[in-house]
Amino acid sequence: MSALFSDKNRQALLGPLSANNPVLVQILGICSALAVTSQLKPAFVMGLSVTVVCAFANVILSLLRNTIPNRIRIIVQLVVVAALVIIVDQVLKAFVYDVSKQLSVYVGLIITNCIIMGRIEAFALANKPWPSLLDGIGNGLGYGMILVIVAFVRELLGAGTLFGFKVFPQAFYDWGYMNNGLMLMAPMPLILIGLIVWYHRAKNPDMIENN
Amino acid sequence: MGNYFGIIVEGIFTQNMIFAYFLGMCSFLAISKNVKTSFGLGVAVVFVLLITTPVNYLLNEYVLKEGALSWCMGEAAATIDLSFLSLILFIAVIAAIVQLVEMIVEKFSPALYNQLGIFLPLIAVNCAVMGASLFMQQRDWVNIGEVACYGLGSGLGWMFAIVGMAAIREKIKYSDVPAPLRGIGITFIITGLMAISFICFSGISL
Repeated sequence: MSALFSDKNRQALLGPLSANNPVLVQILGICSALAVTSQLKPAFVMGLSVTVVCAFANVILSLLRNTIPNRIRIIVQLVVVAALVIIVDQVLKAFVYDVSKQLSVYVGLIITNCIIMGRIEAFALANKPWPSLLDGIGNGLGYGMILVIVAFVRELLGAGTLFGFKVFPQAFYDWGYMNNGLMLMAPMPLILIGLIVWYHRAKNPDMIENN
Repeated sequence: MGNYFGIIVEGIFTQNMIFAYFLGMCSFLAISKNVKTSFGLGVAVVFVLLITTPVNYLLNEYVLKEGALSWCMGEAAATIDLSFLSLILFIAVIAAIVQLVEMIVEKFSPALYNQLGIFLPLIAVNCAVMGASLFMQQRDWVNIGEVACYGLGSGLGWMFAIVGMAAIREKIKYSDVPAPLRGIGITFIITGLMAISFICFSGISL
């Protein structure tokens, strides 16, 4: 068991949560991170789907890594990822149809989510299946974490709800409190992620860029 | 004619890929460091969108949609619905066309190839390209001309956004940005501010 969770493997699993976060540090997978975060529920489902796809894609391609000719590897990767995404898409349609409707094209866009392609290229093609699985789960969770944080702020301030339940009592609104509609529109997640990056780098000064 | 023009303008302003749907964000953030390369990538994206969206439209119309196969199999095909295969087929078509475009450009216009060369393979995994095909599937365009206009419009909108962003980033090098915000942080916030200005187009209908 100790070999399964050696330092290197623990790093593969836990690194992406903060020090090597896919959204904040590697700047991967931004598109969907922004689009699905107006409510907590779709953000949560999206984070989970990406974790599943990323983990399985990493394992499969790590198993195949010595048999794929280098020239056609992108196509092979895309086919494996697309097959996994179709499975996820069908499962979502079967069990959480309303969320799947809300996510609309963004489920399909998991295929072109750079987190998955990026981790396959950077990690799975050079490592054994077990560390690749941990790396996939870690990156998926790191991504899901940012999604949930952004969605929490947007849903709370934009609609006054969390997971669809009202948080602020009616009395607040009677006193003149208003939901901030701008939170639900396109620009706010960009600015929120900008602020999260700011906080994250202020805490980790070694990541500051010099330009 | 006016309809086609309307679709293009809609793609550039009201339904801008970056500011309204966040598609193609990764390369938008990574490449937008100087105007020249951004322009090169923008042209490549317009080019690929202009080809892949109509091709995927034909694929959707004649193979994937419910009953779409009846043009070759008659009544028997009226209940066949292959749309669950659309993800894998669209991405395969996009990857193949990108490869093809790369080879054609290399053969006939080496100068353009040298400019676009490194970006072309990246475009296969650009979500703007895949996104345009998936949006195309959801909307009811009447004919292939409208779909081509939609591809062109969204490509131009994307190019417009990345070139604008690159111009701002070239200038911001000379400003005193707080240290932790430098680089990617301030880029996110600027993109957010640009997106706010694009909301003002959202009332326009053509």
